[in-house]
Amino acid sequence: MRIFDPHIHMTSRTTDDYEAMHAAGVRAVVEPSFWLGQPRTSPASFFDYFDSLLGWEPFRAAQYGIAHHCTLALNPKEANDPRCAPVLDELPRYLVKDQVVAVGEIGYDSMTPAEDTALAAQLQLAADHGLPALVHTPHRDKLAGLRRTLDVVSESALAPDRVLVDHLNETTVKEAKDSGCWLGFSVYPDTKMDEERVITILREYGPEQVLVNSAADWGKSDPLKTRGVGDLMLAEGFSDDEVDRVLWRNPVAFYGLSGRLDLDLDLDVTATGATHEGNSVLRGGA
Amino acid sequence: MRQPIGQPMSQPVENPTADPAPHPTPHAHSTPETQAAEPTAPDLTATDLPTPDLTGAALARTPPADLHRLLATRLGGAARAWLDQALEEAATHPGIHGPISVWELRLAEAGRRCGPEHADVARVLILHAARAGTDAVSRVYFQGTAAERRAVLHALPHLVAGPDALPLVEDALRTNDTRLVAAAVGPYAARYLAPHHWRHAVLKCLFTGVPVDEVAELDRRAHADAELARMLADYAAERTAAGRPVPEDLHRVLTLTDPTATPPAPAAEHDPGPRGTDGKES
Ligand SMILES: [Zn+2]
Repeated sequence: MRIFDPHIHMTSRTTDDYEAMHAAGVRAVVEPSFWLGQPRTSPASFFDYFDSLLGWEPFRAAQYGIAHHCTLALNPKEANDPRCAPVLDELPRYLVKDQVVAVGEIGYDSMTPAEDTALAAQLQLAADHGLPALVHTPHRDKLAGLRRTLDVVSESALAPDRVLVDHLNETTVKEAKDSGCWLGFSVYPDTKMDEERVITILREYGPEQVLVNSAADWGKSDPLKTRGVGDLMLAEGFSDDEVDRVLWRNPVAFYGLSGRLDLDLDLDVTATGATHEGNSVLRGGA
Repeated sequence: MRQPIGQPMSQPVENPTADPAPHPTPHAHSTPETQAAEPTAPDLTATDLPTPDLTGAALARTPPADLHRLLATRLGGAARAWLDQALEEAATHPGIHGPISVWELRLAEAGRRCGPEHADVARVLILHAARAGTDAVSRVYFQGTAAERRAVLHALPHLVAGPDALPLVEDALRTNDTRLVAAAVGPYAARYLAPHHWRHAVLKCLFTGVPVDEVAELDRRAHADAELARMLADYAAERTAAGRPVPEDLHRVLTLTDPTATPPAPAAEHDPGPRGTDGKES
């Protein structure tokens, strides 16, 4: 089973996680920039974070045979802090980088005017840079948040089929699907979705444009939840092809809209013979 | 429609930044513009490389004109056209223009335009065409991805005469990214890096599993370096005391420090470690 986790915050995870993910079949991840738990107080702090998502983290992932790409944005929570807002002005120079496969994660947190501005501006940035957008839906007041999100998307220069709406659940999936956006489901140990509920939704809505992610981060979360969904799909009678579609081909198709997806790991590690050799050892069993 | 980012208003550009067309087969291999076939025999008049290599140390050691000729034989039509235009733009509009100069934009997108395996050499050529000096290479290094930083390091011998760009090399040597460490110990470091920093760079290669073959002018700089010999011997003793094998490369460098030096026993087999190149100094 080959797995592409389209939403996971590896910066918050250990090398044990990388090892377990590779053993479970994960060969590619996309790491969206997000809130780090501790509020940042200056744009420079974001830039170091972005640099890390374009430098150290892909290197770390490659050691475990996992291709790493990222999505960059000013997240909605911190968009409310005027000290952080200048990040928007610097984003263009980051959005041209080879490993950036979307603008994200953007969306609403508390649905404030500052969040309106940041969401609209960043959807425009995505359109300007030929990138799709990863838009999360808020935890609180979720259905109202989804509707407002879809309104802003429909008013933007970005077509719905270049937008992935994430953290969906039973109450939001129908309207999201009707909008023509890609559908993301985050499988968490206690909150968001669990494996069984994802299966129910897949039965009702089909696997088209559906992506499943672990959204694992610094909170209680599990980077192997994608594998859990794949296993349960098979146990519940879905075919290998349907599993591959949801866990690999759909994320490849969505982020492939950027024209920047590079899933050939060898190319990333040819700088030194030793790295190449070490990586080959890691990939030997795969 | 807004003006695509980073393009001079005066002249149209063949490949705009925003390419809304979906990538045809991103999972197969995202280098559609790259020829799959073997490169045609390159016209090698000015270089005597036995197998023309366009990666790693070869980028720093091969004259840019030869790199360009070799790369051109390996790129497909669209990628070659993109590169020619990028080099032309860089030559015509070097320096800083607007929020991001067009040649810096080309530098950023070289991977997806030429294919990741040709990105390093394409970036070296763009930097060279833009006649990037210390200020320019510093800016694109510190604003670059790891891949862009690596290309800047390889380009230094072609661009900066004198030690002014050493802070870039020293920055790369502070990272644990073995790709950056390998690129940092090229001819520019051989020429300008101070002895203390240079010895630590050699030791870091041994620690992180970067082959010392990457260290430019290793023979010359290691010769009769008693301090380096002491550091290597101490490291070997530390490994031996811990019951861990001594890297083969260590014996090689130790021999270079003094022709009469004998490798410490026991000579261990090559040990990159179970994950010897993950940047962890083990
Ligand atoms: Zn997230």
